[in-house]
Amino acid sequence: MISFSSVAKRYPGGQEALRDVSFTVEAGMLAFVTGRSGAGKSTLLKLIPAIERPSAGSVIVNGQNVGALKRPAIPYLRRNIGLIFQDQKLLYDRSVYDNVALPLAFSGQAPREAAKRVRAALDKVGLLAREKANPVQLSGGEQQRVAIARAVVNRPALLLADEPTANLDAESATRILEIFVAFNQVGVTVLVATHDQALVSRFGKQVLHLEGGRIGAAP
Amino acid sequence: MTAWLRQHAEALRRAFRRSTRPAGLLGALVIGVALALPAGGYALLEGARALGARANLDPQISVLLRPDVKRADAEALAGALRADRRIAKFRFVPREDALKELSAVQGMPEILAALGRNPLPDAYVVTARDEAIEPLVADLGKLPAVASVQADAQWARRLAALAAIGRLAVWLLAALLGVGLVAVTFNTIGLQVLTEREEIEVLRLIGATDAFIQRPFHYQGLLQGLAGGAVALAIVGIGLTLLNREVGTLAASYGSAFRFAPPGLGDAAAIVGFAGLIGWTGAHLSVSRRLREMGS
Repeated sequence: MISFSSVAKRYPGGQEALRDVSFTVEAGMLAFVTGRSGAGKSTLLKLIPAIERPSAGSVIVNGQNVGALKRPAIPYLRRNIGLIFQDQKLLYDRSVYDNVALPLAFSGQAPREAAKRVRAALDKVGLLAREKANPVQLSGGEQQRVAIARAVVNRPALLLADEPTANLDAESATRILEIFVAFNQVGVTVLVATHDQALVSRFGKQVLHLEGGRIGAAP
Repeated sequence: MTAWLRQHAEALRRAFRRSTRPAGLLGALVIGVALALPAGGYALLEGARALGARANLDPQISVLLRPDVKRADAEALAGALRADRRIAKFRFVPREDALKELSAVQGMPEILAALGRNPLPDAYVVTARDEAIEPLVADLGKLPAVASVQADAQWARRLAALAAIGRLAVWLLAALLGVGLVAVTFNTIGLQVLTEREEIEVLRLIGATDAFIQRPFHYQGLLQGLAGGAVALAIVGIGLTLLNREVGTLAASYGSAFRFAPPGLGDAAAIVGFAGLIGWTGAHLSVSRRLREMGS
């Protein structure tokens, strides 16, 4: 599903975020990317939906060389990837329902089918009752669940989450991770970046540990 | 196909909502006021042209003979006129006929009676073959029996020439204002894009194409332009109505029913279409530039 080979990423300022990173995550797996802040976790995740391009090496997603993808092709790549961010990136000028429905605006579903999908996604994250609320009215954990619902509403084959639990208490964080596990159990490939080593060890899944931009042995 | 239509309808709905906000209405007003200038100028020029066309634009020349020229000599002049290749046709007007024509004008018989004699000379009315009548006028003036030569159509042709200059000025004005209005739309749509920056960034992350993101802005520019065109038409219409009240009084004193006509359906459509094109162009330049700046 995801294959990095000898990937390096240097930012324009000369800062080297990733060095010689190679790994493979098979389809249907749930894997964690761990490491301290600044170790390159976010950069690694951003290379997959072509938010950033590698400076060297190749990033293959679903058989596609993402690093060489032409700009107009990028949106179609992203439609098959659900993205979840630490800061949720919700829109606060509209309801929970409309936030989740956003990706369906351009994927061509009929309104009836779209409504069904939005409610199904909200149901999976346990927020069906809050569809009319504004995201501001929700707790941090609930907002992150809205973001997850938005990420899965298009039924992507791959979910990427960058520090989804960073600002949450332990209980909310566990709940979020359980949702990821549930999606993984129905066949979605999931890659979660986190600095919370303790949380990761409880799940016993594949771990890619980053240190100073290189893959190292997990501590 | 239905998905495509649905997306366009949704984009149009959003654009309409934005256009009816104060900033959108103000933008349309700016476009309308600016376009009213060339549109109004055009309407005035069309009026002037109609006035000129109503006058006889044929290069017609009146050749007045000296009063002491005998009728036989006067008729003999016809041979010389017939030989001149620059003359299309001519007509001899004896002084008696001219007097009869003049007497038909109200008030004239009294004046003529007071004179006691026919003050009019024999004359030829000559129609030239082409527009360059000045050499012909000069040559006719040199004939021995001729007292004076008048080129009647000259004022009308001067009016036509002035109208041509005016038309050029109107087109230049329209082009200049068009560029200026593209810049105005560029600016207002650019600000709109900035206020929606957050949403645009999210849309890009979840796989929206640039075409999808640009669409509401395109429609917004188009709507703003079309509304501006309608405002321009309204201003011209109201302006001409007010002007026609005064013109009517003036024209009536010349025994004319002349009025400035409002722009016809074709002209109105052209003005609104031009305004819409301006809006769309400004919006397109603006939003594609902003999207490039934001990266991918």
